[in-house]
Amino acid sequence: MKRAGFANYWLPILLLLPQLTIIAVFFYWPAFNAVQSSFYLQDPFGFGSQFVGFENYSDLFASKEYAKVARFTLLFTLLVTATSLATALLLAVKADKVLRGARTYKTLLMWVYAVAPPVAGLMGVMLFDQNIGSVTDLFAWFGYDYRLGVNYWDTAFAMIIVSVWIQIPVNFIFFLSGLQSIPQHVREAAMIDNPSGFGRFWQITFPLLAPTAFFLLIINITYALFDTFGIIDTLVKNNPASNPMTLVYKVFVDGFRGNDMGGSSAQSVVLMVLVLALTIFQFRLLERRIHYT
Amino acid sequence: MNLKNTLLANAVALGMATAATAQTEISWWHGMGGSLGDTVNQIASDFNASQSDYKITPVFKGTYEETLTAGIAAFRAGEQPNIMQVFDAGAATVIGAKGAVVPVQDLFAANDVPFNIEDYIAGVRYFYADEDGKMIGMPFNSSTPILYYNTEALEKAGVTAPKTWEEFESVTAPALKDAGYIALAQSHMPWIFTENFFSRHNIPFATNNNGYGGTDVTINADAPELKAHFEAFKSWIDNGYAGFFGAAWDDNAKPFESGEVAMWLGSSGSFGGLVQKADFDFSATVLPYWEGVTKEPKQTFIGGAALFAMAGKSDAENKATAEFFRFMTSPEVQYMWHKETGYVPITEAAYEMAKADGHYDRFPAAETGIQQLQLPAGEWTKGYRMGFYVQIRDVMNREYTRYLTGETSLDDAFGAIKSEADKLLARFAKTQS
Repeated sequence: MKRAGFANYWLPILLLLPQLTIIAVFFYWPAFNAVQSSFYLQDPFGFGSQFVGFENYSDLFASKEYAKVARFTLLFTLLVTATSLATALLLAVKADKVLRGARTYKTLLMWVYAVAPPVAGLMGVMLFDQNIGSVTDLFAWFGYDYRLGVNYWDTAFAMIIVSVWIQIPVNFIFFLSGLQSIPQHVREAAMIDNPSGFGRFWQITFPLLAPTAFFLLIINITYALFDTFGIIDTLVKNNPASNPMTLVYKVFVDGFRGNDMGGSSAQSVVLMVLVLALTIFQFRLLERRIHYT
Repeated sequence: MNLKNTLLANAVALGMATAATAQTEISWWHGMGGSLGDTVNQIASDFNASQSDYKITPVFKGTYEETLTAGIAAFRAGEQPNIMQVFDAGAATVIGAKGAVVPVQDLFAANDVPFNIEDYIAGVRYFYADEDGKMIGMPFNSSTPILYYNTEALEKAGVTAPKTWEEFESVTAPALKDAGYIALAQSHMPWIFTENFFSRHNIPFATNNNGYGGTDVTINADAPELKAHFEAFKSWIDNGYAGFFGAAWDDNAKPFESGEVAMWLGSSGSFGGLVQKADFDFSATVLPYWEGVTKEPKQTFIGGAALFAMAGKSDAENKATAEFFRFMTSPEVQYMWHKETGYVPITEAAYEMAKADGHYDRFPAAETGIQQLQLPAGEWTKGYRMGFYVQIRDVMNREYTRYLTGETSLDDAFGAIKSEADKLLARFAKTQS
């Protein structure tokens, strides 16, 4: 067998160079900078800075507020991930069975994907607004005084609903294509063995969807942790106050709003470590239990 | 003949082109959106039309916080604008960074623009100045918190606007409640109910001369008078005298604009917008005070923002910036700005011009802010200078909201503000060494 290869070492390096440069400039260099500035307290304009060792980190871990934000981030990620995956799966299973007008259903369920997070956030602001929001009116009709921006859990509710809403279409598309890739003969065999639709779903369909579900789980956790920034920013309306926020939004609030470069760098290093741990955990532990066919 | 004409035309075009290149161009980053932005653009184009040596280009950069962050990022990259608008809470950041800005007083001296701080309105003079009273930033959109009221609502309830909070609590609010109104809402707790509370009652807000003396500062945010004020505010909310709609400005302004709330604490700069939005007669009066705290209420200081001349620009561009400041502070421009927006005129001359023109006969409420800024001054009325103050305000908003919604107790809320703010101030001091 003929071994394909390059005649010398320079050509492959040359061909890889653009990609390596991009990674170095846009990933490693900023990451290195963040680690470095997390050990300093810096004048916002960059005139003075003082080496403070691990003080930024110790301040962070001693802060009750940071702990509260971390707890909320965990809860938010769990709820957004679980709700959007479950809803999308249900919709996909139902849409899979539709024969007439399937294309219309699917399009109607998918278009939301095209809405940008800040736009979704703005729609949330309108729907949940204290003075003019229609969801607020609905709550009032049930006798509940819904207060976006005043009540912590009311604001959290709006953030979760909007974040889930915008994420369902992505999950829906993947689940649907996963369902449609399950071979017909497997379904037919299952139909003979088990007449219960519910049992068939959990014993046959769901395990066969596991690779898709696992992939989506990672995508959704990442989404809830990072990509919901635009939604949170618009719902908070430039007033962090007592509103719930995620760790990523806190980095922005302290660094870009408060101009505390050192403190917010320390926070972003914590996030880097978190993401690293999450990635290792997911691939080492969870992937073993999934059977790819 | 034809050739001659062409040559002539070319010569003229060439002459115009050189005139255009000789023009010094300067940039102005600001955070004035909506109709305020239109007025900013108007001032810039008026300046450009008034002479041919300089050309200023205003650029809208988002909210105050976003403008400051954009300016800092640009400065670090060496791409800063000539003029940056910085809001009150960001003043310590920009003034603290020695070498980020050219003090406006030095800028004027270097470019032979006459300057006398006494020409400026009393409450305006020293907020953006250093400890020695040298003006660093040029006050631009200057406002102060005042009490707006729905005239019809107050007539219906048979009361007048309260002078003191005691009067509000015992007379005004109950009458307005009986007439079917929420008596009061306010739009900015750190600014109206905290910073100006200290000024109005002449109580020190922070150590080291309210922070003007240096970065070694601790805050007086847990003053017993202030705690009592918030305790009263919560009781007003609980028994229906006051409405609380969160930390966002507009959420608190809208119920007043819709007539649900009878009195609203907003900015004197809100006047222009209210004229357009409110379909009822309204007027304004000075910020109430607690008679139990002081018998001699003092002036308030300005909020809003100032224009800073950024360092690192050529002499020619700095000259252009100085000329623009000269234009902007002229009585005509100040009066136009005041009339269009409701922000106070920053000079005595502009105030006199507005009076002479009968502006306050037509709109008595437009004078309230400036009258309040000219009330007697006290030892603690010139303002404050604290670093990381944007974050300190966020902490205040967070804890006040938690207290008002019953999430935390009065002592815990004010204890948290005091300790977190002091920690932030100590951190800021370290960034400056």
